[in-house]
Amino acid sequence: MAKDLTQKEMLRIDYNPPKSGWMDTPVKIKPGIYCHPAKPEKITDVGMPNAHTWNPLDEDWNLPANWQQIFFEGMRERLDKHRSFKIFMDICVRCGACADKCHFFLGSGDPKNMPVVRAELLRSIYRKEFTTAGKILGSLAGGRELTPAVLKELWYYFFQCTECRRCSLFCPYGIDTAEITIIGREILNLLGLNINWIQEPVSNCYHIGNHLGLKPHTFKENIEFLRDDIESYVGVRIEPTFNRKGAEVLFVTPSGDVFAEPGIYTLMGYLMLFEHIGLDYTWSTYASESGNFGFFTSFEMAKRLNAKIYAEAKRLGVKFIIGGECGHMWRVIHQYMDTFNGPADFLEVPVSPMTGTTFENARSSKMIHITEFTADLIKHGKLKIDPSRNNHMKVTFHDSCNTSRAMGILEEPRYVINNVCKHFYEMPDTTIREQTFCCGSGSGLNASENMEIRLRGGLPRANAVKYVHEKHGVDTVACICAIDRAVLPASMEYWVPGVKVAGVSELVANALIMEGEGERTLNLRGEEIPVTEGGDNV
Amino acid sequence: MGVMLSLIAVLVIVLVPLAGSQVSGLQYVFGVFFPYAGFAVLLAGFVFKVLNWAKSPVPFRIPTTAGQEFSLPWIKQAKLDNPSTTTGVIGRMAFEILAFRSLFRNTKAELRSGNLIYGPAKWLWLGALAFHWAFFIIAVRHLRLFVQPIPGWVEFLDKIDSIMQIGTPPVYITDVLLIGGVTFLLLRRLLIPRVRYISLPADYFPLFLILAIGTTGILMRFFIRTDIVAVKSLLVGLATFHPFIPKNVGAIFFIHATLVSVLMAYFPFSKLMHLGGIFLSPTRNLANNNRMVRHVNPWSYPVKVHTYDEYEDEFRDLMKGAGIPVERE
Ligand code: SF4
Ligand code: SF4
Repeated sequence: MAKDLTQKEMLRIDYNPPKSGWMDTPVKIKPGIYCHPAKPEKITDVGMPNAHTWNPLDEDWNLPANWQQIFFEGMRERLDKHRSFKIFMDICVRCGACADKCHFFLGSGDPKNMPVVRAELLRSIYRKEFTTAGKILGSLAGGRELTPAVLKELWYYFFQCTECRRCSLFCPYGIDTAEITIIGREILNLLGLNINWIQEPVSNCYHIGNHLGLKPHTFKENIEFLRDDIESYVGVRIEPTFNRKGAEVLFVTPSGDVFAEPGIYTLMGYLMLFEHIGLDYTWSTYASESGNFGFFTSFEMAKRLNAKIYAEAKRLGVKFIIGGECGHMWRVIHQYMDTFNGPADFLEVPVSPMTGTTFENARSSKMIHITEFTADLIKHGKLKIDPSRNNHMKVTFHDSCNTSRAMGILEEPRYVINNVCKHFYEMPDTTIREQTFCCGSGSGLNASENMEIRLRGGLPRANAVKYVHEKHGVDTVACICAIDRAVLPASMEYWVPGVKVAGVSELVANALIMEGEGERTLNLRGEEIPVTEGGDNV
Repeated sequence: MGVMLSLIAVLVIVLVPLAGSQVSGLQYVFGVFFPYAGFAVLLAGFVFKVLNWAKSPVPFRIPTTAGQEFSLPWIKQAKLDNPSTTTGVIGRMAFEILAFRSLFRNTKAELRSGNLIYGPAKWLWLGALAFHWAFFIIAVRHLRLFVQPIPGWVEFLDKIDSIMQIGTPPVYITDVLLIGGVTFLLLRRLLIPRVRYISLPADYFPLFLILAIGTTGILMRFFIRTDIVAVKSLLVGLATFHPFIPKNVGAIFFIHATLVSVLMAYFPFSKLMHLGGIFLSPTRNLANNNRMVRHVNPWSYPVKVHTYDEYEDEFRDLMKGAGIPVERE
């Protein structure tokens, strides 16, 4: 197991590639790096093709007889449907600028984890099958036959890419290996080659409403448990509503935050914030998931799962939608939802009921980010805040890949944090904002069986945290992502013990002065709030 | 292997016209037929390729955002790195195409005693920029040889380019930059293990080809002089579609012309099409106004969803038990 590997062993990383070229080196599939295959019934119950039983370590993956044909037809179809894919197959000059930008390469040294090679794995098939030069000249033109071994290699490395887009930031042509991975995974899904950590949440989300498969009553109960926790720690009783027609706002957030630490504290933060400002909002048990593991499966599946949010907003007759803190969720909401399932002409352009601010940037999609909403509230002095309750914490902020490189919400969280915490320290410039590093476990790769690659991929982020931990004593990584909250604790525990992970809304709620609150000696985690001298900035 | 093969291929492209142009009838092939054919293939191939790309739609608006988005009025947007308007996109594209913005961002990661350090890495940006600009200016400067009279601005460009006044005839700055740039790009491919690892024959070949083009051009200007008046009359002949082969054109010219013809013909089928591709790259040429203006996917189709009614039918009892409102009792 990865956890048994010492840091020293893990850090034996060589960025120099081996002698033998990548085309001539067959893939070696290793435990600790890959995730378990999808259970066939989870594939069939959402109507996806070629579900079958197989084991990545087996020689024979039990593929359908015409698997190559399915692969090529799938590829052809996607070349015709996505200009991005077609261009990215053609114009890479192999300059290598992207090579050392990928956290998986930096953490593993595996040369096939260089974004350019990851893409070349598929590009070589493209050249062989879809270009004249490749058909005639073969490997001389960089072409490669699609053999079972090559297919395995594609699977192995497309599920070692978290679709973080860091490579695309540095590419002089904007080649986005994430896009290639997304489409590559889509093609693999035609052959029934998904991983279960993605497929099962997809199936749950489709049938039950959320990734975790929380049925309506459980979803409600879980939130009510958290409400009870708030009552005991804060002394305020909150009555959230569910599936309530006529509310002004529908609030959706990833189900992970309903379920597990430390995400639940973020969710408690939402409950308190909305109570504090008296927002007329409702939860939904039907649209009880705003994350979207369908996006890691296929565009079609992403659309199918995403459809519930608008559908529910329409049924309940709300005016607009607020979305919680999550990275990949916001990639889908920001860049895809309106296209997938819009136009949302049954909703109104979001206007903050408290400040009157019109959210111009959500004029069409009618859905705003909780951090935008909170930042606007703070700016207008609508929150009563006592930041000294967070004085004992030294906080840094981890930008999530998707909200940074597929949206650009960078200042809002910083503004919010700076208003609710006294001690905020940035990690080095090359590791934050648009250059941020992935947590190491995004895009559905946050299983436990692939812990080694998760920790490896998490190294660059953790290493930057370590830097501020050692330099400034940072003990808290704030984030606006449910996956971060689920996975960073493991990475921190391994690489930088003593650093905890908190959603921004948790920090906000700790600082909120609630009406009728008792003496606030406990934070949302039920821990004593340490008293700091004078509460002054150090 | 890729290196040797590419080198041999370029040597053959040099040797064939060297030998062939001695045969009088064949000069027409190297001096007229190849350039016309090369140019035609370049033009047709380029257009075909771009149209072929354009045929595939852009179903989703997927810019890579490289800075603060358009947000609340008091938050400063990174208008160039994360544009939300067409003007912003034009600015971003201009920076990308003319100044290689993304490459300028480049960093170099190193692992030093367990810590990852990201140093600046501007050499690739500088080398690539020098090379591409030099290539472009040289190409434009060559207009001098194709038109009569020479337009004033071409003369001017020529003058600027040779402003250093070193040697007779004076050395062009761009010649130095081109040869320097290509050599740099070639050396880094050969010497940096990681870059060598990812390099294909298709990466070495154009570098050798361009190096040969530059070298033969410089040789012609300084060392193996050929009758420049004759060369010009040949090229003007080509440009005015009255091709003929004047006397006194040396073999070096035919070699240079053949190399250029091969480059032109090779261009549309190679990675060199990044010249066209960058303009169409969806992560760069789209505005990040996703939530403001709806983007339409032309091939969007209805998908099967799990409707609320189905959901309620499945969970009605549980919902009622938990006090969650239902549509139908
Ligand atoms: S940076 Fe872009 S062009 Fe360069 S190797 Fe990577 S994907 Fe290819
Ligand atoms: S998208 Fe991220 S994980 Fe995937 S290749 Fe690029 S840098 Fe690596």
